[in-house]
Amino acid sequence: MVYIVVLSIFLGIEVISNVPAILHTPLMSGANAIHGVVIIGAIIVMGHARGDDYLALSLGFLAVVLGTLNVVGGFVVTNRMLEMFKKKK
Amino acid sequence: MASASAILAGLYLAVGAGTVVGWMTAMRVKMTAMPQMVSLFNGMGGACAAIISIVEYHSHPDGDAMYLLVVFLGLIIGSISFSGSMVAFGKLDEKIKDFSAKWLTIFNLLLLGVIICVLVVAVSSPAIFGPSVLWILLLLSLLYGVLFVMPIGGADMPVVISLLNSLTGMAAAFGGFLYHNQVMLTGGILVGSAGTILTVLMCKAMNRSLLNVIIGSFGGGGTAAGAATGDQVVKEINLTDAAILCAYASKVCIVPGYGLAVAQAQHICHDLEKQLENKGVEVYYAIHPVAGRMPGHMNVLLAEADVPYPKLVEMEDANGMMNSTDVVIVVGANDVVNPSAKDDPGSPIYGMPVIEVWDAKNIIVMKRSMRSGYAGIENPLFFHSKTKMLFGDAKETLQKLVGEVKMT
Repeated sequence: MVYIVVLSIFLGIEVISNVPAILHTPLMSGANAIHGVVIIGAIIVMGHARGDDYLALSLGFLAVVLGTLNVVGGFVVTNRMLEMFKKKK
Repeated sequence: MASASAILAGLYLAVGAGTVVGWMTAMRVKMTAMPQMVSLFNGMGGACAAIISIVEYHSHPDGDAMYLLVVFLGLIIGSISFSGSMVAFGKLDEKIKDFSAKWLTIFNLLLLGVIICVLVVAVSSPAIFGPSVLWILLLLSLLYGVLFVMPIGGADMPVVISLLNSLTGMAAAFGGFLYHNQVMLTGGILVGSAGTILTVLMCKAMNRSLLNVIIGSFGGGGTAAGAATGDQVVKEINLTDAAILCAYASKVCIVPGYGLAVAQAQHICHDLEKQLENKGVEVYYAIHPVAGRMPGHMNVLLAEADVPYPKLVEMEDANGMMNSTDVVIVVGANDVVNPSAKDDPGSPIYGMPVIEVWDAKNIIVMKRSMRSGYAGIENPLFFHSKTKMLFGDAKETLQKLVGEVKMT
């Protein structure tokens, strides 16, 4: 697990240093979409909740909706921006 | 009692609803509103992480210290990121005004201290607060998120968005720790570290430290200095003269700012560029790293208008080309061309790298009015001997200018 943490940190630094400033907006919104992986946690939470625990269930539901918003919205927005850069080639 | 299949159905429903809503908003948003959108989505991610911690603690309030630490950190960072992003969204959308005061800085530091103390106590001896500690931490963190973004001025907004982005990444990583889920861990840390580096890069682009951005709020002091320059004379230029000036130049530089984006004038800007090129004028765009409201924002807008990629010149290179440039057209930019950053140690933006347009032979500034920029600072460039002002809406003025250039 420690290896994963360290490697991910390096990966993050590498990614940033190799992307030109011109593409920082799509990069940021892409990163924004990636941290939407919290949705996995939300799904686990909702799946683990006991059937009679309505607080956990409804909060889990909300978490899944918000997480999906983050992932889908983030990627769609990023894609739209990258499309515009692509045309020029 | 909800059965397993009902829970599963709920899960599908949630994913479906999120997808539809996310897709619709993302497809509709204008390119100028991108920073708001990114903060909004970012806030959603933060809220999601915070809720995970709430439910997790609610279901298993009796874990060991390590478990509690991870849950609470996820909660704190997630909720700061959520409320901070919401305030950032409101500010970028101009629904919320800047609010800053000396006491707020101190209060924020105290609040952060209290959060850390409560966290330490809650982890080391859970019995003291009992289960209600969750709600205490949640409230304190939400409050901190609001108060920490509140005083941050417009020019620093890109830094804050990037910082909040990396915070949500970290919150996601804590979720990964919690469930030993490698995907969440990798994704979260990746975004966390990338976001942090990007934040630091941007602080460097503005020659300030991160601490300075967070603690020292921006834009307050400049208004007093502005009054002194109020009686200086501004030179205006009419459209025909401006067109002639551009058309007979050999090298023209366009400095776009947020004003261009607001007026949706990027397409006409591209027209102007084409017209000038037809006359044999060399045209390039000088892009400041923090032009617009988030890093690289201006490039996206110009790319939307089909401006060729090689014409977008980054600040350092543009500054090198200024000496050989005949006319600089500043469209709706203000703080990024402010000479105070270079020569007025009293200015709040002193030390920030700017596009040194005053090295060019002529400067035409297109502006709606003499109002100061987003950071609220007076700009001596407008009173510069080389500067001529062309007042009016950026889009209309550019349109007329294109017409005039055609006729010359």
